[in-house]
Amino acid sequence: MRVTFTVNGRQHEADDVWEGESLLYVLRERMGLPGSKNACEQGECGSCTVRLDGTPVCACLVAAGQAEGREVTTVEGLPEFARRRAGGAERAAGDAEAAAELSPVQQAFIDAGAVQCGFCTPGLLVAADELIERKPQPSDADIREALSGNLCRCTGYEKILDAVRLAAARADETREVV
Amino acid sequence: MEFLRPASWEEALAAKAEHPSAVPIAGGTDVMVEINFDHRRPGHLMDLNRIPELHEWEVGDETVRLGASVPYSEVIDRLATELPGLALASHTVGSPQIRNRGSVGGNLGAASPAGDSHPALLAAGAEVEAESVRGTRFIPVEDFYTGVKRNALAEDELIKNIHIKKADGPQQFSKVGTRNAMVIAVCAFSIALHPESRTVRAGIGSAAPTPVRPRAAEDFLGAALEEGGFWDSGATLTPSLAREFAELCAGACNPIDDVRGSAAYRRRAVGVMARRTLGWTWESYRGNRPGGTTTEGGAPCA
Repeated sequence: MRVTFTVNGRQHEADDVWEGESLLYVLRERMGLPGSKNACEQGECGSCTVRLDGTPVCACLVAAGQAEGREVTTVEGLPEFARRRAGGAERAAGDAEAAAELSPVQQAFIDAGAVQCGFCTPGLLVAADELIERKPQPSDADIREALSGNLCRCTGYEKILDAVRLAAARADETREVV
Repeated sequence: MEFLRPASWEEALAAKAEHPSAVPIAGGTDVMVEINFDHRRPGHLMDLNRIPELHEWEVGDETVRLGASVPYSEVIDRLATELPGLALASHTVGSPQIRNRGSVGGNLGAASPAGDSHPALLAAGAEVEAESVRGTRFIPVEDFYTGVKRNALAEDELIKNIHIKKADGPQQFSKVGTRNAMVIAVCAFSIALHPESRTVRAGIGSAAPTPVRPRAAEDFLGAALEEGGFWDSGATLTPSLAREFAELCAGACNPIDDVRGSAAYRRRAVGVMARRTLGWTWESYRGNRPGGTTTEGGAPCA
């Protein structure tokens, strides 16, 4: 079957999709968006976390056909998504500067040393970005709760928690300046 | 495989009548796992996400009508006052990502004995509204579970709503697992005090082939509270009374040994959860009675 939906602001289409296929498979294997990672395929690890009409979900548990006509945001779209949320202007596709840009949450993960093997990182970024959007000054309990569906086997999580605190603190500073 | 995409409830019922083996999919948190792991290859997959009324809920005078696909996250955020036991249970489901998609209707459809919402539904009192092109049935939730991953739905029926009694007293939910998030219950327990009818109901999960109500324990406690005048006096519960309730709850279990825990552990843990949750709810009931002796709130005058 054919499925059509919006990914990171652009309409994508995939043909010959098997009816039992997951949104994750379609994103990775048919739309050339391998940012969302495929690990447990049962919703345990959160490495495939994307936003479906704004809501964080495991892409491995959404049937491709269920995404028809809906809006998906993946880690590839985070910089643009964050820019637009902050009121920035839309940029043309292929803009070299835009391609190199990172969202504040991504930058915070790098600065806090929250990335080791990196496999869990895309899912964590999407979940953390949504948390800060929903709750700009999250408590430690909020952070733990929001990331409780994302497993990391390298870091022991401390640096990840640091990164989310850092991203939230920076967003706070930005708001004060404005 | 064929992907069915009914745009309305009527279309869904017609499709289910035409293809009785079609597997309904809403949040996908159970169904997609089975498909991803090749445990299931249904001829038809029927997407219920496009049917608006399944995502709606409504608070009535005595019950909450909960659409089958309302996600757990909404139960937690919006219905914690009316359905405190179910909201607590919902909070223990999987992770935020899972709670954003999974629903009570899906839990009932899968009918796993370990489903988190079952004990809370049993304790609160609930009816499953099942519909087919032939008509509508309201199935008391205790009659809905018929075996391990089996339920009372006919093959052409779909779950439309769950009608859950609004809390008229304190409710609690407790679950044993290895960590807080992403845990399938080793066993679970829910209790609801019903001061209006002066009864206590409970539900046990993952400690028998189906979720069960410990009826002997409920009857014992109901009678003991009544005879001892506890509802009116708001007195502290006698320890022997809580102990007897716990033992009867443990006795209602019919557990198995499996990877998550032994039968003996489950029986013991259910007893412990029964005693604790009874203590929590009773203290809350006492605390909500101003002065401790009047009968305001849910407790009717004797």
